[in-house]
Amino acid sequence: MGGYAVRRLIGAVPLLLFVSAVVFALLQAAPGGPTGAYLRRGAGMNPEDLARLEEELGLNDPVYLQYGKWLGRVLQGDFGMAVTSRRPVGDEIMDRLPNTLYLMGTAWLVTLLLAIPIGVYSALRQYSKFDHAVTAFTFVGQSVPIFWLGLILILIFYLTLDNPVTGGPLLPSGGVKTLGADFSIRDRLVHLILPVTMLAAGWIAWYSRFLRASMLEVIHLDYVRTARAKGLRERAVVLRHAFRNAAIPLVTLMALDLPYLFSGALFAEVIFSWPGMGRLFFDAAGRRDYGILMAVTMITSALIILSNLLADMVYALLDPRIRLS
Amino acid sequence: MRPAGGPGALQADAAERLLGGRSAARQETMLRLTLRRFFRHRLAAAGLVVLMLIGLSAILAPLAPYDPDALSATARKQGPSAEHWFGTDKAGRDIFARTVAGGRVSLTVGLASTALALAVGVTIGALAGYFGGWIDAGLMRLTDAFLCFPQLFVLIVLATLIRTTSLRVLQGSMVPIAVVIGVLSWMGLARIVRATFLALREKEFVEAARAAGAGNLRIMTRHILPGAVGPIVVQATLLVAASIITESGLSYLGFGVQPPTPSWGNLLEDAQAHMRTLPVFAIAPGLMIFLTVMSINFVGDGLRDALDPHSRR
Repeated sequence: MGGYAVRRLIGAVPLLLFVSAVVFALLQAAPGGPTGAYLRRGAGMNPEDLARLEEELGLNDPVYLQYGKWLGRVLQGDFGMAVTSRRPVGDEIMDRLPNTLYLMGTAWLVTLLLAIPIGVYSALRQYSKFDHAVTAFTFVGQSVPIFWLGLILILIFYLTLDNPVTGGPLLPSGGVKTLGADFSIRDRLVHLILPVTMLAAGWIAWYSRFLRASMLEVIHLDYVRTARAKGLRERAVVLRHAFRNAAIPLVTLMALDLPYLFSGALFAEVIFSWPGMGRLFFDAAGRRDYGILMAVTMITSALIILSNLLADMVYALLDPRIRLS
Repeated sequence: MRPAGGPGALQADAAERLLGGRSAARQETMLRLTLRRFFRHRLAAAGLVVLMLIGLSAILAPLAPYDPDALSATARKQGPSAEHWFGTDKAGRDIFARTVAGGRVSLTVGLASTALALAVGVTIGALAGYFGGWIDAGLMRLTDAFLCFPQLFVLIVLATLIRTTSLRVLQGSMVPIAVVIGVLSWMGLARIVRATFLALREKEFVEAARAAGAGNLRIMTRHILPGAVGPIVVQATLLVAASIITESGLSYLGFGVQPPTPSWGNLLEDAQAHMRTLPVFAIAPGLMIFLTVMSINFVGDGLRDALDPHSRR
């Protein structure tokens, strides 16, 4: 297992290099070039200093050398300076990352807590009313554009429905918390409801459908019948024998879906003014702040590569039928 | 490799016809069988009807009673009425006309980017699956690499570049967005085509064609590709739906099709500011995306059943 992990990690290096090369090439096309973000540190300095800085940054070097130096700085977490805030890009991102993880993590947890029972139950009661309702819901959930769902949620729960006690909107439409209010768990949770609903609805539809199909595949297999024949309670048969095998592919699927989860989070953060990485990225695109754009793209790609790697290893751990060679 | 069209080609042609060519009559019954299977899937048939209606509305969009770009100082931000079915926006433009015209743009971008993804994906998948070896390894690594990019983020970066560099001339046209979406979505197709080519290239009929003197290109296009049509059609259908969602999302964020050209996505961005007074504006374009995407998904499901040689319904 250890050797396999090391080999896979080494295999991920060319992927990361390719991604970084593409990002660097895109930066070349941007005004100011790849080092534009670093040069802003010297804004307002005299021409000689600027020339020296350009030399230091290697703007006069051949392209491959520039790439190497840029990669070196990126690996040390130095992504240059953000245009508007004049703070290091890395700091800007680290400020926002926790909010994104908080939102995505909650949505992910809600998804699992709902998708697993829904998928398992509708497989056990195939063609029942519940199963048909779930199928209809999954068709709808897979076809609704996520950003439109966000708008409709705001239309219903912020603009139309009122809170019977205060007379204000039923649910807040933006932010992590009420501005200026003291910390309260209730306030935080209330702010989570709409963005999490928007993110989780589609995921629940997708994963419960997948799990239903996956459960239906294993439930008629011999080992499940054996478990039943030896007198195990139905609960144990379903959870310990059928579900455990049916859920293994879910691990890979969730890792492969990570890019979509990130783009979903971007929409949620934009629509609900959530101060996360997606919102930072969106605002940076509006301000043409290439340093931030490139850093976020690089970090997201790296996270995707690593999560795929992790999923493969978890898969191998969970499923002893897979030989690592 | 023989030069094409030499005397050997004729021979090969005749031999192929003897060995594996399908007669017109057989193809006719295959098509009818497929159609019958497709229409037995009721949701797919319904999806096809809805899609045809939406397509028709897009084609007939210029016949709408109002010009989607015509401004009006007197009829601004009106609610739905007999005159303006969906009301008018802040510039007095008819929202119904804009929604229908937006469909024209969104559907075109969806189809065009899928066509491009098809061209790239089928070529890469076919080369990788047919030749194998280092060609396969290289092309599949490339596919993996493209899968690592967070599509939406790269699309936004490219849109920003198109806006701020000499590419600015392209702004306002739907060509760049269709190209960019297509270039970032061929990977699934490539994998499916590769798998089919890998499975089919060892079959006897391929060997027979080779023995009859057919070249690589001919074997790939005339003998193996027809076997991959089923999965390709299904995947491409679903890709149209995905591309429409991507385009509208990007346009909603302001990085796709640029106003005043309407698309379902940028109409929603417009609508956002007036949701309290003009809720229908926020509902109509989104509902169109939803209906289109769901219909395409149903049709894709129906095609999957109809084109799968193992299903005998």
